[in-house]
Amino acid sequence: MTVQHLADAASLAALVPSGARIGVTKGEQTDVPMAMALELVRRGVTDLDLVTIPTCAFPASGMMLDILVGAGCVRSVETSGVSMSELGAAPRFSAAVKAGTLKVVDATCPAVYAALQAGAKGQPFTALRGLIGSDLMAHRDDWAVVANPFEADDPVALLKAINPDVTLFHAPMADRHGNVWIGRNRDLLTLAHASDMTLVTVERLVDGDLMEDETLAPAVIPNFYVTALAEAPGACWPQQADGTTDLDAVRAYMSAARTEEGFRDWLAAHVFARPEAAE
Amino acid sequence: MSAGETDVRPEEIQAAAIAGLLEGARHVAVGMVSPIPGTGALLANERSGGGTRVSILGSKKTTFWTNGGSELFDLAGRGRLDAFFLSGGQIDGGANVNLVGVGDYPEAKVRWSGSFGSAYLYFVVPRVILFRWEHTRRTLVEKVDFVSAPGTSEPGVHRPGGPIALITNLCLFDFQREAGRFRLKSLHPGVTLEEVRDNTGFDFDLPEHLAETPTPDADTLSLIRGPVARRIADVYPVFARQVFGTEPAAA
Repeated sequence: MTVQHLADAASLAALVPSGARIGVTKGEQTDVPMAMALELVRRGVTDLDLVTIPTCAFPASGMMLDILVGAGCVRSVETSGVSMSELGAAPRFSAAVKAGTLKVVDATCPAVYAALQAGAKGQPFTALRGLIGSDLMAHRDDWAVVANPFEADDPVALLKAINPDVTLFHAPMADRHGNVWIGRNRDLLTLAHASDMTLVTVERLVDGDLMEDETLAPAVIPNFYVTALAEAPGACWPQQADGTTDLDAVRAYMSAARTEEGFRDWLAAHVFARPEAAE
Repeated sequence: MSAGETDVRPEEIQAAAIAGLLEGARHVAVGMVSPIPGTGALLANERSGGGTRVSILGSKKTTFWTNGGSELFDLAGRGRLDAFFLSGGQIDGGANVNLVGVGDYPEAKVRWSGSFGSAYLYFVVPRVILFRWEHTRRTLVEKVDFVSAPGTSEPGVHRPGGPIALITNLCLFDFQREAGRFRLKSLHPGVTLEEVRDNTGFDFDLPEHLAETPTPDADTLSLIRGPVARRIADVYPVFARQVFGTEPAAA
């Protein structure tokens, strides 16, 4: 399997079909694939099923999810939390739930992780403590309670494995062989293992082979799991390469997206007005 | 800064009460956007000479995970997390927590962010401390509209963990696991029982002796306003500036 080196986020996003099940991580680090997401909006992709690993509840990740939902790209969101963290609620997400136009599959963080890990191992399901008696359980047909076959009187929850069709994320660096360095953000590694396709924008391409450096290699997704990547500095905007987030940009978005009309204006200015990939 | 009792802030009383619930804990985790629990946990850390380890979620600087976000839940499942904090848009008299929304699920009248780790950590963490800084009949309800995580479980369900207390801007409740009910423990200074009754949507028990939530002593206040305030400013700068007038340490 050879990693495709593509020119930009738009070329990566072109590989994502309508109807795909998309995995995204929580955006605690500089992993939010905003540039690819905006390209999906520009292309008018529809019926995506988003799976958040396990939330999109940081300002930039919440904003990305909110834009995809507001633009009509999303059919369902499986998540344990969507917000802009201390900045507040995700406006288009909240409006879509209220209007009944978005299906939310409510989860809890460790259940998402456990089901994704099962998917990464190629197994059909996994077991998890907790959950029993919650209304989450009551609304999930892919979770079940069974009797522990190894202990008497011990009900336990089983979770169907998660295998996204496509994973999208931004990473600090990759080499020209397509090996991607993710630091300690190991959720990305599990997600790449579990997904059929992995599309990555990176802040920079480096010379040499990341797998040959023993201090770097444990934090690398080997190119075997990477479908395609592009060097696209700033593709995690409004996250910035230094790990901070441009909160003014998030606030400006939230203010605009309070109304459908304001959201459309924001899209016109930030997505459709630009001929090239968003910065 | 003087540490006289008259100028003690409510947040300091609440944080000190939280620290009192964390005595002897080896590892405490603080969720997102929880500055007062974070202050209480860091106070417990300072008082224990570092014996109580504190992980504050949301930044790699304040957590030690090297195995991704699942590590918190994995270590909790192995009994390596003694205490955690949960809030809720609604909390009811059975300590059921609702983080999802108001109205008939799924078409919520008001949609909140989601259940996060509650439906698991509530079961496996021995000391879960509930907090809600708006103590009203809107938030503390008779029955939640959606159970993100149940306060108690049927016999036979694996449940080493669960709620031990609920702290609000008015008072501190104990949770009685056997009875599945809250019992008022103390009123914060200046608050009356009538006020708590009027603002609580669920029925609760009374203790034999109703206490006042202690005002932190001078030693505790100097810890809160010194090392704890400096550390919390790194995580919650807006909160630290408002409450303590503290700026984050220069990077």
